[in-house]
Amino acid sequence: MNAALLRRTEAPGQAGFDPKWLIIGGCVVLAVYLGVVPLGFLLWQSFFTPQTAAKAAVLTLGNYRQAYGSPDTWILFWNSLRFAIGAALLAFCIGTLLAWMNERTNTPFKGLFFALSVIPLIIPGILFTVAWILLGSPKIGLVNLALQRLFDTDAVFVNIYSLAGMVWVDGLHYSPVAFLLMTAAFRAMDPALEESAVMSGAGVLQVASRITLPLAWPAVFATLLILFVRAIESFEVPALLGLPVGIQVFTSAIYQAVHRYPSQIGLASAYAVTLLVLTTIGVYFQSRLSSSGSKYATMTGKGFRPRPIDLGGWRYVTTAIFLVYALLIVVLPFAVLVWSSLQKFYSVPSMEALQRLTLDPYRTILSYPNLGRSVWNSLFLAVASATLIMLVTSVICWIVVKTKLPGRWLLDNIASLPMVFPGIVLGLAIMILYLYLPVGVYGTIWIMLIAYITRFMPYGLRYNTTSMLQIHKELEESAAMSGASWATTFRRVILPLLKPGLVAGWIYIMIVSIRELSSSILLYSPGTEVLSIVIWELWENGQYVELSALGVMLILGLFVLVLLAQWVGRKFGIKDA
Amino acid sequence: MLSVTGLCTEYVDERGQAIRAAHEVAFEVPEGKLFTLLGPSGCGKTTTLRSIAGLEKPRQGEISVGGDVVYSSQRGIFVPPNRRGLGMVFQSYAIWPHMTVFENAAFPLRVSKKRFSRQEIQERVSRVLKVVALEEMAGREATRLSGGQQQRLALARALVMEPRLLLLDEPLSNLDAKLRERMRFELKRLQRELRITTVYVTHDQSEALALSHSIAVMNAGRIQQVGTPREIYERPGNQFVADFVGTTNFLDAIVSAPVAPGYYRVSSALGEMKVRAVEALQPGEKVILSVRPEDIRLSETRPEGENVWEGSVDQKVFLGEAVDFQVKIRDRALQSRAHPSLRTRVGEPIYLRIDPDKCVALRASTT
Repeated sequence: MNAALLRRTEAPGQAGFDPKWLIIGGCVVLAVYLGVVPLGFLLWQSFFTPQTAAKAAVLTLGNYRQAYGSPDTWILFWNSLRFAIGAALLAFCIGTLLAWMNERTNTPFKGLFFALSVIPLIIPGILFTVAWILLGSPKIGLVNLALQRLFDTDAVFVNIYSLAGMVWVDGLHYSPVAFLLMTAAFRAMDPALEESAVMSGAGVLQVASRITLPLAWPAVFATLLILFVRAIESFEVPALLGLPVGIQVFTSAIYQAVHRYPSQIGLASAYAVTLLVLTTIGVYFQSRLSSSGSKYATMTGKGFRPRPIDLGGWRYVTTAIFLVYALLIVVLPFAVLVWSSLQKFYSVPSMEALQRLTLDPYRTILSYPNLGRSVWNSLFLAVASATLIMLVTSVICWIVVKTKLPGRWLLDNIASLPMVFPGIVLGLAIMILYLYLPVGVYGTIWIMLIAYITRFMPYGLRYNTTSMLQIHKELEESAAMSGASWATTFRRVILPLLKPGLVAGWIYIMIVSIRELSSSILLYSPGTEVLSIVIWELWENGQYVELSALGVMLILGLFVLVLLAQWVGRKFGIKDA
Repeated sequence: MLSVTGLCTEYVDERGQAIRAAHEVAFEVPEGKLFTLLGPSGCGKTTTLRSIAGLEKPRQGEISVGGDVVYSSQRGIFVPPNRRGLGMVFQSYAIWPHMTVFENAAFPLRVSKKRFSRQEIQERVSRVLKVVALEEMAGREATRLSGGQQQRLALARALVMEPRLLLLDEPLSNLDAKLRERMRFELKRLQRELRITTVYVTHDQSEALALSHSIAVMNAGRIQQVGTPREIYERPGNQFVADFVGTTNFLDAIVSAPVAPGYYRVSSALGEMKVRAVEALQPGEKVILSVRPEDIRLSETRPEGENVWEGSVDQKVFLGEAVDFQVKIRDRALQSRAHPSLRTRVGEPIYLRIDPDKCVALRASTT
């Protein structure tokens, strides 16, 4: 399909070779290569026995037989589903409640909480999980200690090392995603649809059950699917909370299969294919849903904000909910990290420990041998992947949105394909591919760059598509009429007009690249560690205070980056940076 | 039937600032009449309508429908919108996409406190769908309707409970020009036949003139003038009304002396002329004269009577049913509309006559 696409794209250039086809062709080839090849290799690999020096790999169904013959796999399957569904439901309930309170009620300070509730999105998953271990572990967890002192018992109140603990941490961490999606859904609904029901004589409950809920149902279902797919891809929480007590899900099982000796890549691939099937089903239904969602797109009126529901005394309850939420998701995790970063050895807060506050962990971490290199690696990867992705996807996006080339919808789908790859599956696929492909990138930083570009390409595409759709065709045509070549038009007209989307997408990819762990963990080697890997290693070594110090600095750094993004966004006149 | 007194409404904008949307709004709508709130966007007309509906909670004032007080700031009464028993058509129609045409129209009956039997619902819905000529579409999905049909369905849904008062929020603004004109006649016929008291909100002056028994022109949250369509058009109360409703020529002038009750002699850029005024004016007062283009009579020979000038044709635009002339008199250009049979060429001299009855003097300070 690759070749066919190219031949067709070259067809209009019969009058002579136009260099624009070189750029367009290069971007198309790159997207297809990144989107399709690792997937193919992963599938192929799952049908082979492990290759060793003694014997070559042979075709087999053994990996699948081993994977599905064992009752352990069914436990794995069951755990993955319970974890993903639980985390998705928890995130959805919290997020929807908050979105409703924020959009439709007169809860005080709600504007402030809109900003506050988005902060958790910048805290890397591994730090959020570590913070919650410090809060909820049965032995040293502050929540347990506080409750034990309060009731004067030795009973363990919460145990974060459990399926419920995993659901709690993951669901809480991703509740802002649900909050943002449901806020968008509430805002997209023409308030007149509800108001006309009120004018017809319906009460609050009748409006909710007969109008709001049936109309919001596609958005509800889509949000649940997104959350489910995201939860089943989650690696940090199952690895840190599940593995110590033997609760495995697919992502952590893949990690263990690769890190066993000898590593069982075939088995890992079989797990990965299963996981891929689950995420593909989720993404497929979600895209089906969004295309059929247009049925519900009704003509909108003046966009009158609906009159917020007056909660009366209940608004103290909703304010309290907001406060508790902020406490659980921002204040407590960050506070416990700050506390632990100021100790020589980790100890629970007490008057005694208060006197031993020290900046030693910061000194230790700043002289940590790998730190400088990993900061450099993280920044290099973030800047390089963000820049390359935004440029390549701007061309792809132009082809998809502005041309009438046959097969352009296929290109769009191929470039979006990495969306279904869980990070660890992508890491595995790329690892296998470059183990076999003798091009010398295995074990270097370039393999990680390839992984990052592949993984975040769909985000770049989405940011560019949004702004590309707003550029009128005539702006390009008038440049052509003025005598500009395609390359000049693209550079002087299209790219500057895309700038808001480009900048917003670039910063977003920077942030997610710096947080990335689940692909990197299979691809790094000594010398190519990134920040999230250093945190992972510190955790494995039990260096909690140094980890906390690094975590605090990383969160503050990312926070500054987000503030910068918002400032840039306001400057370039974009709403959601 | 509907009485609004001293209504003040505020709303909070996105930056959290309170914006005054309606200020001291007061009017009465008699039984069976169509009353229009007319004004540019942001003038407070929709806010006023939504306050009557109960979708907006005013700060002050009193609203009563058919003798029942539905809102009173003094007595602390606020009847929620779903207990007011009013019918409303929204600008976006707000047709529920997950229901059929029949179900959309039947919704008010189904959620009513009063229980309706299946047969009653069937009868009532069929009747109301017949009124808006949608009875054959009853089984269709509501999203399959065209814009005009959705608009009629929204009307049917508002009428099915036979409300005391019908509220229409720019119901025609989402339709294309041809359809809008047809629906204008339809709406007028329906309202006159059913004799349902109606409050109509629009920014389109020709809609307001065509449909209403009486019109309130609003600007910046205040009512500028209330009157019949003819009064509003022919005797605008101030410069804003004259400018907003229809096209007009404005001329600065100074009052010289009264000549008859309601008539004054003024001196303007064109010279001395006789005009009429609603308010009592003092000699020496600055006024603004408003003359509609169609009230400036053009002819190639000098006509008899007062207020006659000679000018020259500066430009003309052929519109089919009329010709717009721009006539220059001593550097002043006036716009005038004439019958296409007048074929005076550009540059040729022409005579103008302005009927003193149709030339309204407005106090300059009123806006």
